[in-house]
Amino acid sequence: MSTPVAQSLASGILVGALYGLAAVGLSLVFGVTKILNVAHGELLMLGGYASFWLFTLMGVDPFAGVPLSMFALVLVGLIVYQLLFSRLIKLPTEDKIRNSLLIGFGLGLILQNVALRLWTADNRGITTSYAGATFTLLGVRLPYVRVASLVIAFVFLLTLQLFLQRTYTGKAIRATAQDWEAATLMGINVHGVYRLSFVLGAALAGAAGTLVAVGYSVEPVMGMHWTLKSLIVLVLGGIGSIAGTLVGGLILGVTESVAALWISNYRHVVGLAIFILVLLIRPQGLFGAKEG
Amino acid sequence: MLELEGVDAGYKDLQVLWGVSLRVGEGELVALVGPNGAGKTTTLRIISGLLRPTAGAVRFRGSPLDREPPHRIVEMGISQVPEGGRIFTGMSVEENLELGAFTARARKEKAQSMKWVYQLFPRLEERKKQRAGTLSGGERQMLAIGRALMSRPRLLLLDEPSFGLAPLLVEQIFEMITEINRQGVAVLLVEQNVRAALELAQRAYVIENGRIVGEGSGDALLSFESVRSAYLG
Repeated sequence: MSTPVAQSLASGILVGALYGLAAVGLSLVFGVTKILNVAHGELLMLGGYASFWLFTLMGVDPFAGVPLSMFALVLVGLIVYQLLFSRLIKLPTEDKIRNSLLIGFGLGLILQNVALRLWTADNRGITTSYAGATFTLLGVRLPYVRVASLVIAFVFLLTLQLFLQRTYTGKAIRATAQDWEAATLMGINVHGVYRLSFVLGAALAGAAGTLVAVGYSVEPVMGMHWTLKSLIVLVLGGIGSIAGTLVGGLILGVTESVAALWISNYRHVVGLAIFILVLLIRPQGLFGAKEG
Repeated sequence: MLELEGVDAGYKDLQVLWGVSLRVGEGELVALVGPNGAGKTTTLRIISGLLRPTAGAVRFRGSPLDREPPHRIVEMGISQVPEGGRIFTGMSVEENLELGAFTARARKEKAQSMKWVYQLFPRLEERKKQRAGTLSGGERQMLAIGRALMSRPRLLLLDEPSFGLAPLLVEQIFEMITEINRQGVAVLLVEQNVRAALELAQRAYVIENGRIVGEGSGDALLSFESVRSAYLG
């Protein structure tokens, strides 16, 4: 009963949810600190490796290990923020943008190469006992692992949304993103908010990395690929909307996946084409607010 | 209560304030008036910690302010309504007010403070669930002032609260400011609307080109010759 299109649609949705989760961390950091962390993909990569090693060396189930890889990334995020990005934040906007891209790329290169040295360039995947199992829904074959990842991604996104909308700290983050000077006049410790947002973004990247490791694979050079996907999702969905980021991720995933039926070798061009089109037609993204 | 002594300040290579000295006593309503670009906003930014003085001292109830981060200064009891209000348009009226009570001290009294603000500005209560971006100019200004009051300040700084508002609204806002002061909050009011500010204030300073050029009671300055000719036409 399954058609190739239906199967592709399903794959697209499954990977799209991960695109969304990967992008939301970047969106949060960029929206709040106005710094685009181009090493975001490398943080995701580290999360993937953290889970891989926890599984391989200590038998920790990757899904159970998501909080652990998130914790590892919280530590990495704190260090990276304190050493690098906290100094950037204080610079005036032009210098901040210029320097943060340079520093981001530099950091990405360093992390990539450290990973290469430590773990070799080999592709790694987490193969649990249940790894290959699939079930069939409406004629489409779905791997349990990837469906579980989708559910987890949704849960994370929903939790983040609730956190930002309902808690005091979440509102403080949103206020800082909107107008940091006004936020500081409320007594909000804006530097604390920046740090929290960065660390939260890193933790989300870590979670996404784990899900990628378990459903697909990890390798030291995957960072740039995922940073790029995240950027496309950001542009597509708009910054500042979690729903937008999720929808953007799903659209990217599905479009790529379905297009691959015809242009398999160039599937990634689809994402780049979307990127350019959206910037030309609706630069604020599907859910983004228009400037001014 | 608040003391500025010989404050110099500027941005990069441009010095904006030259030896500015002023004080605001407990419960006073003091105005700082002067033409556009005189340094009024800069003075408020110095007090709130958004800008550091390059010389001179800033003290609040005896404690130096010039090294404190802005959020600490709010905790100490100084709240500013910046120029234009700068409310968070993406959030509701209620959420804006809640954020005003962010400091630990203010959070404890949040419910009472909100009642107080709604009493002063009933219009805000009517619109409390509305997105702040949908409010009219006058309502936004009320929200901005209400939000600043949520932190239970001992000193309220107002940067041109009348700006861009229709005369009737300006009157209302100024009435509210008088009422807030009457209820015990000291006020430093920065205004281009010189006449209104001088009528409201007990004391006032005149600032021109970054220097304080006059000081006196509101009435005295109103009758002072040069102020009249320069600002009141």
